[in-house]
Amino acid sequence: MKQRIIQNIQGMTHTDPKDHREELNFRLIWLLSFLLTASFAIVPVIFFAVIDYNVTKHSVVADAVAQTSRLTSNNWRSVAFFFNERQNALKYIVHDNRFSALNDIERLTAILASLRSSFGGFTDLGVVDANGIQRTYVGPYQLSGNDYSGQSWFVNVVEKGHFISEVFYGFRGVPHMVIAIKQALPNGGYYILRSAIEHQLSPILSEDKTTENSDAFIINRSGTLQTPSSTFGDVLHKIPLDVPAFSKETEVIESLKYQGTDLIVGYRYIPDTPYILMVVNEKRNAMETWHQSQMALIRYLSISITIILLGILGITTYLVRRLRQVDKRRVKYLHMAEYSNKLASIGRLAAGVAHEINNPLAIINEKAGLVKDMFTFKQDYKEDPRLMETMDSILNSVVRCSRITRQLLSFARHMHVSLQVINLKKLVHEVLGFLSKEAEFRSINVVIDIGDDIPDFTSDRGKLQQIFLNIINNAFSAMTTGGTVTVHANKLPNDTVRIDISDTGCGLAPENLKHMFEPFFSTKTAAGGTGLGLSITYSLVHELDGRIDVKSELGKGTTFTIHLPLEPGKKEEVHACTPSG
Amino acid sequence: MKDIKVLLVDDEEEFVKTLSERIKTREMGSEVAFNGKEALSKLEEKLPDVMILDFKMPDIDGLQILEKVKKAYPGVQVVMLTAHGTAEIESKARELGAFDYLQKPVNIETLTKVIEKAYTYKQKFENTMMAATFAEAGDFESAKKLSEKKKKKK
Repeated sequence: MKQRIIQNIQGMTHTDPKDHREELNFRLIWLLSFLLTASFAIVPVIFFAVIDYNVTKHSVVADAVAQTSRLTSNNWRSVAFFFNERQNALKYIVHDNRFSALNDIERLTAILASLRSSFGGFTDLGVVDANGIQRTYVGPYQLSGNDYSGQSWFVNVVEKGHFISEVFYGFRGVPHMVIAIKQALPNGGYYILRSAIEHQLSPILSEDKTTENSDAFIINRSGTLQTPSSTFGDVLHKIPLDVPAFSKETEVIESLKYQGTDLIVGYRYIPDTPYILMVVNEKRNAMETWHQSQMALIRYLSISITIILLGILGITTYLVRRLRQVDKRRVKYLHMAEYSNKLASIGRLAAGVAHEINNPLAIINEKAGLVKDMFTFKQDYKEDPRLMETMDSILNSVVRCSRITRQLLSFARHMHVSLQVINLKKLVHEVLGFLSKEAEFRSINVVIDIGDDIPDFTSDRGKLQQIFLNIINNAFSAMTTGGTVTVHANKLPNDTVRIDISDTGCGLAPENLKHMFEPFFSTKTAAGGTGLGLSITYSLVHELDGRIDVKSELGKGTTFTIHLPLEPGKKEEVHACTPSG
Repeated sequence: MKDIKVLLVDDEEEFVKTLSERIKTREMGSEVAFNGKEALSKLEEKLPDVMILDFKMPDIDGLQILEKVKKAYPGVQVVMLTAHGTAEIESKARELGAFDYLQKPVNIETLTKVIEKAYTYKQKFENTMMAATFAEAGDFESAKKLSEKKKKKK
């Protein structure tokens, strides 16, 4: 993936080590823009997700706490009412009956019966005097005459006037509790009405349960269960939690660790009893729906982040690639402009030099001509071959110089294109006509492979001739004896003709190839090359809106490739400016 | 062709003097002028058959002289001979009526051949003009003679 992206950015493969730094630059731009855009896009998304996470978590916890608190209060009310009711019933009995009446077994039996019928759960009823002796008793046991004076409940009820006991197992193995009321007598003494009640708290607690997962139970002040708890076990088990501190109101402990789970614990002390009502919720249960929604949120978040990242990756890669292409094109055009500027200034210089040299050259020509004339008209000298040879040599040198200046001027020249209809095959044959004698003499084989699909096109005949003449001449001079020059042409789909002229000559070294089209560059200066032929050819091809490239391998030969538009003035879209190589 | 009168106009004195000498040895009459003004006054003195004219001169531009000469003396054939050969100047010169356009340095034989050609052309041109004048004046005999003379020459 990474490799592919990098290749995408690079667009093209590079062989030039100079481009290495530039490439690093583009990689850096790509990396920076990707990271910046990604962070700008993703940071807010993550930020909001985190905020949402915290806010919803808090509200869910608050909800759970409120629910626990409500449940605690409701249960508390029911339980408190239960005790109040029974206590008030006993109070009513002691107010409504005289002490003597209560000591009457029949009467007491009737009262117990009516208590059972209206409240239920009353097991027995007894009257205890101020000395702690059970005076009268109705119920399933034989408790008359029992002495309670040393027992803590008796001390308590004497002190406070009423008493509710903790839960205990009675003789029948059923959990019970005791309610006792102290009643004053007119003679200044007092007695106590005592009743054992069957344990009826569990159904009350389960009535008020609002959620299935919550556990409501009652403990005494030393932490022993008074009702069964689904979390901590059966009645009279000690709970493993600390007994919560006293409070008049309903309290909720938000977070209590128990066996690795988080508990929300609500509690309230039940007044005038040793009981504490407790409601336990597992935090995990309360948070479950929230967890599910958070998981969904995280899933969506990761999917959107992935999509965003992929999108940004794609866009950044595409943009940086475009940037790179545009930059490459810019550099190319810059090189192009530089090269044509260079050519133009060399052209101007060449023209200047040629003009300035032509005048003194003309004088040399005339003076030497005059001397020759003078000798020609005098018989003595006319016969002297050395003199004539010398004069001719001077005049020949002038001719050679003037050929150079003429070529210089023709290089600098930017003539108007004069257009004619050209048949490429015919034109190449015409050009080869000039060179056929030399080809024959040096046994050079010339192969012409020009397809008939190339239509006649309009171009500058003179320039085309000069282009072919220069390149074929160049090919001839690259070969000693023997060898083949091939002229191949075919039509390209974009209305251009591609012409390849290749030879099997000596070829050029890469370092020379670079300078091939530069004026005055020649590898055959010793053989009289001016170094202008190919440079002129280059300008001519460009004047015809075409382009020329060269490929060469040392010892194997050189191939010139020319692309010419079939319609003049319609430039090719891509111009290779510098000779490739 | 002893009777061809050539006027050489060039600011390079050494060049023009030597060339003049060499033309003379080739049995042609040769005068020299070193600048535009001198050339124009020489023309007023005596009309040459062929004028060899440089393009770049200190006072008057060669093309300007060419224009003036072709207006005032259309018969005089002007051959441009210059070190400053560009295609633009050449086509401009030919438009203005230059007989030929040569570049320095030039082979003397080439130059003399061009001069001879220019002279022949001048004679034809003058004969045609004269015949036309005679014909216009109603002297058809003379006009006929002139055109016959031309044919004979051919």
